[in-house]
Amino acid sequence: MAFPSISQSPTSYHPGDTKRWWQSLTRGTRLRAIITTAILLPIGFGWIYPFLWMVSAGFKSTDEIFRGLSLIPADPQPQNFSRAWTDARIGEYFLNTVIVTLGSILIVLVTVSMMGYVLGRYQFPGKKLIIVLFAVTVFLPEGYTIIPVFELVNRLGLANSLAGVTLAQAGGAHVVMVLLFAGYFAQLPKELEEAAVVDGAGFLRVFWEIMLPLAKPIVATTIILQFMHSWNAFLQPLVLTLSRPDLRTLAVGIYAFQGEFFTDWSGMAAAATISLAPIVIVFLFLQRYFVEGIAGAVKS
Amino acid sequence: MSIGTIQPTTVLAGKGQPERGRTLRQRLWAARWCYLFMLPNLVLAAMFTFYPTVMSWYFAFLDWSGFTSDREWVGLENFRELLSDRFFWDAYQRSFMFMLIAVPIQVVLALVVALILNDSSYKLGPFFRTIFFLPVVTSAAIIGIVMTFVFSPFNGPVNKMLLNTDMVDRPVDFLGDPDTALWTVAGVWIWKWFGISMIYWLAALQVVPQDLYEAARLDGANRWSLHKDITLPMVYPFAAVIVLITIVGSLNVFGLVQTMTGGGPFFASEVMEVYIYRNAFGDSGIPRLGYASAAALFFGITVLGISLLQGWGLKKANDARTQMKQT
Repeated sequence: MAFPSISQSPTSYHPGDTKRWWQSLTRGTRLRAIITTAILLPIGFGWIYPFLWMVSAGFKSTDEIFRGLSLIPADPQPQNFSRAWTDARIGEYFLNTVIVTLGSILIVLVTVSMMGYVLGRYQFPGKKLIIVLFAVTVFLPEGYTIIPVFELVNRLGLANSLAGVTLAQAGGAHVVMVLLFAGYFAQLPKELEEAAVVDGAGFLRVFWEIMLPLAKPIVATTIILQFMHSWNAFLQPLVLTLSRPDLRTLAVGIYAFQGEFFTDWSGMAAAATISLAPIVIVFLFLQRYFVEGIAGAVKS
Repeated sequence: MSIGTIQPTTVLAGKGQPERGRTLRQRLWAARWCYLFMLPNLVLAAMFTFYPTVMSWYFAFLDWSGFTSDREWVGLENFRELLSDRFFWDAYQRSFMFMLIAVPIQVVLALVVALILNDSSYKLGPFFRTIFFLPVVTSAAIIGIVMTFVFSPFNGPVNKMLLNTDMVDRPVDFLGDPDTALWTVAGVWIWKWFGISMIYWLAALQVVPQDLYEAARLDGANRWSLHKDITLPMVYPFAAVIVLITIVGSLNVFGLVQTMTGGGPFFASEVMEVYIYRNAFGDSGIPRLGYASAAALFFGITVLGISLLQGWGLKKANDARTQMKQT
C-alpha cells in the first residue's frame, strides 16, 4: 500500500465516475490502455466484419453487393428477407429448428439435472464405475459415431422425422453439464433436504421443489449450451433428413439451397442473417452463461 | 474452483443408516431413487454415446450399403482396401496437417489475447472479449456458406479489398485453388473457434493471484518477465488440457469444410470427416457404411493414440520438473 499509484485495484473504481478513474491511473497504465485499444479496435472490426458484411448484404440488391464495399446499403431491400423466408423456405426450416432445439433442451435439462443431483449428493454402489465411464466419453468426436447413430435412429423407426432429429440432438452423455450440476448440488448445505425430509417430503419432491429451483445458474447454462448445440447442429440433421427436405433445419436448408440459389447473394445473405440472429442475440444478452458453461469444461 | 470434483456426501438415500453392516442388496435398495434418477441420462448416453462407439467397431468389419438385409461380414477386407486407398491416406494426412498448423496458431494467439484482456485495469477488456468470442456461438455450416461469398473471386469483399489496395492484380480464388483451399478453411476455423481457446486461457489465468504480480512489479520486473516467470509456469498445467481440447476440435471440421469446399477442388481439402461422409452418405455411387466405418475407426484409434502419447509425455515432463525442484 506504500505505492497506491502502482497497486491501483479495480475495487476503488466507482461505476459512472469514469473521469476520476481515468485520472487515478498512472501515466504508464493510461498509455498502455490507449495503445492496446488502438491495436485491438481495427482487429476487432476485422473480426466481426464477416457478420457486418452478411447483414449489410442481406439489405442490398445483388447488384449493389457486387458494386461496392460500403456496409451501408444505398437502397435498403427488406424484401430480400421475405423472399428468403418464403421462396427459399427459410420460414419452414426456422420452425423445424425451433422445434428440434426446444425439444432437445427440455430432454437434456431434465435428464442431466437428475443425473447431476444424484452424483453430487449421494453415495451408492456403482458410482465410481459410472464416473469412469463418463470420463472416457469426453474425447469422442461426433463424426466417428454418425453412422451408428444414423442406423440406430433408423431402427427405432424415427428416420426422417423431427422426433428422430430431436432425440439424436438430445442424446449423449453430456458429461460437462452433468458435472456442472453435480458440483453445484454438492456444495449446497445438507440441512436443506434434512429439514424437508422431516417435513415428510419424498426424494422426488426434495429434488423438484427444493434443489432444482436453487440450481438456476446451472439450469441457465445448460439451456444455453444445448441451445447452441442444437441450433448450430449440421452433420446429424443433414444425415437424418437426407430424404425429407421439408424437415431440414436452418443450417441444412441453407446448405442445400447454396447450390440452387448461388447467384442470389442478397437472398442467401438474408437467409444466413435470419439463421444466425437468434443465437447471436441470445449470446449478447446472456453471455455470462455462455462463458461460464464453456469455461466449466476446462475447470473440470 | 474445481466445479468438476464430486464431493462425497454423507447423505444417504433414505435413512442415515451407517454403511457398515448392510448387505449389498440393502444398499442397492436404499439407493433405488438414485438409480431411477440416473436412468434417463444413462439411457441417452447408452443410445447415443456407448452404443455408437461399440457398433462402429462392428460395422468396420461389414460390407454394408445401409439396408439392414444386405450386411455381410468381410473380416479385415475393409482395412486391407483402406491401406491401398490413395484418397484415404490423402485425407488422413490432410487432417493431421490441418491439426498441426491450426492448433498451435490458435492456442498461442489466444494466450496472447487472453493475457492482454486479463488485465483488470483495462476497462475495454470485456468488450473485446465479447467480439472475439462472437464467432464461437454461430453455426459452422452457415459461417461456411457466408465465407464462400466473403472469399469469392467474383466480387467477394476480400478480393475487392485486395484489388483496391493493389495487393493483388487479379482476384485470388481462395477456395477454388487446390493450393489455398484447405488453408483458407483452416484460417476460418481458427477465427471461428479462437474465442473458445481464449476463454479457456482466461479461466486458467484466474488461478494466478494478482498480488504475485504486485510483488514482482515492486521488485521492478517488466511485463514480459512477469508473464515469463509467473504467469506461464502457473498456467502450464492447463496448457495440456487446452491443447487436447483444441486438437479434438480440429478434427471436428465437417460443417466448415463441407459448406466451404465440399472437400474440393479435386479433393484438395478433403479431410477425414468429409471422406467418411462421402463414402457413407455421399451422392456418388452406392453408400458404403462398412468401409466408411473402418476409415473412421482407423482414424479414431490414431487420434486416441496421439492423446495418450501426449498425456504420457506431459506426465514425464511434469515428473522431470518436480525432480529438478527437489534436487
